[in-house]
Amino acid sequence: MPPSFEEIREQGIDRWRGLTQGTRPWVRIGTALCGKAAGADAVVASIVERMDQKHVSAMVSEVGCLGPCFAEPLVDVSMPDGSRVVYRNVTPELATRIVDSHLLEGQPLADAALGVIGNQLNGSIPSLWDHPMMKPQRRIALRNAGQVDPMDIHQYAANDGYAALHKALTEMTPDEVRQEVSDSGLRGRGGAAFPTGTKWNFLAGANDPVKYILVNCEEGDPGAFNDKGILESDPHSLIEGVILAGYATGATKGYVFIRHGHDGPIDRTWRAIEQARQLGILGRNIFGSNFCFDMEVSLTGDSYVAGEETALMESIEGKRAMPRFRPPFPAQIGLFGKPSNINNVKTLAYVPQIILNGGRWFAGIGQDRSTGTAILCLSGDLTYSGMAEVPMGMTLRQVVDEIGGGVPNGKALKLLQTGGPLGGVLSAVDLDIALDFDAMSKAGAILGSGGLIAASEDACVVDLTRALIAFCQYESCGKCFPCRTGMTHLLEVLERICRMDSTPEDMTLMGRVGRSMQAGSLCGHGQLGFNPVSSAVRYFREEFEQHLNDKVCPTGTCPGSWHSPTRVRR
Amino acid sequence: MTSNAESLRNRAFQAIRGQKPETVTVLSCLLAVEDELGYIPPEAAEEVARVTGSTINDVWGVASFYTNFQFQPPGRHRVEVCWGPTCHVKGVMPVIRQVMDILGIDGEGATEDGNVSLRFNTCLGACANGPVISVDHHLMGRITPDGARHVLEEIRNGIPSEDDGAS
Ligand SMILES: Cc1cc2nc3c(=O)[nH]c(=O)nc-3n(C[C@H](O)[C@H](O)[C@H](O)COP(=O)(O)O)c2cc1C
Ligand code: SF4
Ligand code: FES
Repeated sequence: MPPSFEEIREQGIDRWRGLTQGTRPWVRIGTALCGKAAGADAVVASIVERMDQKHVSAMVSEVGCLGPCFAEPLVDVSMPDGSRVVYRNVTPELATRIVDSHLLEGQPLADAALGVIGNQLNGSIPSLWDHPMMKPQRRIALRNAGQVDPMDIHQYAANDGYAALHKALTEMTPDEVRQEVSDSGLRGRGGAAFPTGTKWNFLAGANDPVKYILVNCEEGDPGAFNDKGILESDPHSLIEGVILAGYATGATKGYVFIRHGHDGPIDRTWRAIEQARQLGILGRNIFGSNFCFDMEVSLTGDSYVAGEETALMESIEGKRAMPRFRPPFPAQIGLFGKPSNINNVKTLAYVPQIILNGGRWFAGIGQDRSTGTAILCLSGDLTYSGMAEVPMGMTLRQVVDEIGGGVPNGKALKLLQTGGPLGGVLSAVDLDIALDFDAMSKAGAILGSGGLIAASEDACVVDLTRALIAFCQYESCGKCFPCRTGMTHLLEVLERICRMDSTPEDMTLMGRVGRSMQAGSLCGHGQLGFNPVSSAVRYFREEFEQHLNDKVCPTGTCPGSWHSPTRVRR
Repeated sequence: MTSNAESLRNRAFQAIRGQKPETVTVLSCLLAVEDELGYIPPEAAEEVARVTGSTINDVWGVASFYTNFQFQPPGRHRVEVCWGPTCHVKGVMPVIRQVMDILGIDGEGATEDGNVSLRFNTCLGACANGPVISVDHHLMGRITPDGARHVLEEIRNGIPSEDDGAS
């Protein structure tokens, strides 16, 4: 007999109390991809070793990403008296000092701190939530990120976890759950911004005893890491969202689709699924209802187009990730021929909070038809890079200047590349655009999956465009020729321009190729694949013309040396 | 030679059998084999075809589509460099140049002595700490050409890459 929801919740709250108000310190170390890339594994080893040497008794947990990746590795120390200090850029050597001074002697190292959470420690260290990167944030999907141990379901349960699922299964009909999601105005965070409630209604209307919820964590967009970030930081919020989607649409099984090789997100998702199964949150008769649902992780190989929803289904079926023709739509004939619904990780991670607090609550955040928050990944030439969640409607300028802290070393910002390689380029002089699906697409960029890559005045826009098209060319699946050959043509032309080897007609040529791609491609990859060029030319025509006509690169970047793999099609 | 082929076949089969997900496909089998062997030898492709009831052509069709699959044995150490746009903006190109110069290769593949193989990755997922490379699955962010040289020297001298190359 699996435990009841109340028992799970009680146990969670007990566990949480033990960690936060117990007799031992609790040390949380961020070991998401960002932390690992900054050397977190060595920090964990160093802390554990030092604690051993000095016979310090403390609880050590590996957590996900709190957001300020620029300050990774982060070490977050909370003491039994309730004080909590987050240290920045921790090296193995600093880790040793943290053990000696903070854990052993109760003396926090103010100089090495990023901020405190809660208790102000006599004001000697500023509050983390007053940090420019953290202050404007409103955390819904990221509320537990970096705070809970992603490998411990009880910590999730202690923080409202699975309460929405329990509420839905005991108090709401599937129709009511879908209505709540429709009322929230939630739109897909995977790129196309399609209304989630409407999508779920399609699947609910399909008459089949077997239906699937597919979670898209392919996240091939370079510059985007928030889907993997959620899975590494708080996988249960996704799992709860998937089960809710299953209940709302009558689906029977969920697949989490992740690119192989990202071991952190993959392992943590598997662990979370297994824990949920053990507590009867996945499986038969969840919380004593007659609803049954299970999940598994499905790995894919390296292919950007595998993130396109129909290619994703081909990939789960084990085939080449080439998009299918539509119709039939996935809600009619999807994975293994069964009705299916595809959502992005972020989209689903919002759902538990929407069910708990109501659709109206979510709709009250954000602006117009872009409700809720935007989960952003800031990278490139910014002082504060990382992951942030802010209300929709904030302007891009605020995002760059406040959350991103502007460009370091006194350089000026030149451009923002948004929404992944198929998105667009925006000029720094034109950043009074709101974070809003519709406002951004009007400006020729898309919000897409939330990746924002900043480039300073040192960057050459033609060189960056070439790099983006090199990516798109490499990743074209090859199924249809406007995209397959179009991308190759665009790349050839851009390489010529970078080598100062082009003719003025090349601009017209690119336009012609781009229009054929838009009109004649099967999927978004080819249809949107001209965006990087068209948006760059729209804002930086002059710089292109300098390359074309005067054969000069104003930033001195071109002709640089560039190394990219070539795609040989077999 | 035969025994080597047999052992490859056997290891491939064990990897195929040991998969966690319920849904076993040509792709899932190939990924399991690649994790085990580091590449897809013909024997493994045959095993995948046999277990999944597919043709050998189907298997090669899938394997040749996804860019991660290698068909030659990898080097002892695996270096991946990210050429994604963030890392590009953050100056990864001189790092890649440095890596290739030190390894004495021009592009993807293994060094002559079989010690190191190099792969390009479109995004290693740690963009906020770009430029990023990975050595034997350890991510290293904020890497410089000097940092890359340091790491490659450690590999050459047989020091395990436990320490990170982050600045
Ligand atoms: C080439 C291409 C790649 C895509 N890659 C992804 C991806 O990595 N992750 C994702 O969530 N959506 C991706 N999409 C969008 C999906 O097709 C789909 O719209 C989305 O997963 C739906 O989820 P949502 O409604 O929650 O946004 C991609 C689309 C195209 C055309
Ligand atoms: S548009 Fe490009 S990626 Fe999409 S199906 Fe055609 S060739 Fe493949
Ligand atoms: S672009 Fe290099 S890690 Fe993402």
